[in-house]
Amino acid sequence: MGLTNNSTGIGALEKELKIERMTDDDKVIAIAGNPNVGKSTIFNSLTGLNQHTGNWPGKTVTNAQGKYKFKDRNFILVDIPGTYSLMANSVEEEVARDFICFGNPDATIVVADATLLERNLNLVLQTMEITSNIIVCVNLMDEARRKKIHIDLELLSELLGVPVIGTSARSGKGLDDLMQAVYDVTAKKIVPEPVKIEYDGVIEEAIAVLEPEVKKHLNENLNSRWVALKLLDSDESYFYPWKNI
Amino acid sequence: MPLNYLPLGKKGRVKKLVSDGIVRRRMLDLGLIDGTEVEAIQKSPSGDPVAYFIRGAVIALRSEEASKIIVEPS
Repeated sequence: MGLTNNSTGIGALEKELKIERMTDDDKVIAIAGNPNVGKSTIFNSLTGLNQHTGNWPGKTVTNAQGKYKFKDRNFILVDIPGTYSLMANSVEEEVARDFICFGNPDATIVVADATLLERNLNLVLQTMEITSNIIVCVNLMDEARRKKIHIDLELLSELLGVPVIGTSARSGKGLDDLMQAVYDVTAKKIVPEPVKIEYDGVIEEAIAVLEPEVKKHLNENLNSRWVALKLLDSDESYFYPWKNI
Repeated sequence: MPLNYLPLGKKGRVKKLVSDGIVRRRMLDLGLIDGTEVEAIQKSPSGDPVAYFIRGAVIALRSEEASKIIVEPS
């Protein structure tokens, strides 16, 4: 949607995403999620900013950032474009993926639509493969209730191995719990243990061969299992940003 | 049967995706995996694309894409 390779990727991360931490204790939090699940509404409620919200896909095309304070700590929130996937079918997805991979957020909130939870969990799982510092925010709980959809947040949290918080961002419900969960994860009071996604035998064997080699060449911020998977996937767009590193 | 032959109002279950690469990835991301129920709900004025009900969401697919999704009518 109007984005080119030049305006995105690692170059954009350097140019447009200069994240200035006031102190070393400031935490950088990414907000990911499918299009139109209320990411920007949550972003605005938390930061008090008035980033444009709207009911159409592709509204947040590059990253927007804002700050909020919770308890004794400053958080820098980064609103990334809505995507269904991190497999980079489009430039928006590339922006989202590159930020989660290379932007080194201290935690990532994945916002899911309570009324379409099944479809939204795809992105949750893909994000969990990259990072374990993840909080799932099931938004639009009010709308789900209206549609008589009941969501067992505790069970979902147990199944995924990560904190799951229910919110209704438009009325501000659940946002305190969300901030608390983000605080606890970044302070390492809660250590999410995402379920490990296992692949078929052949793929697992290939990962076992590749991963130790990959690990030698990566800094500790990147998940070597995931990079090995991307290599097997031969996703070229993923390796494009590496040329500049 | 390819999904684009599924009559309006009828449901089917995904048996196989015959696409590959980005298109296949896209279909998988939309939740079209083996056994997923799909219902053809509406045709656009020109007959293409067609709106399908997939996992709680209405999604329009062109016949070019739908022809690569093999379904078992139910």
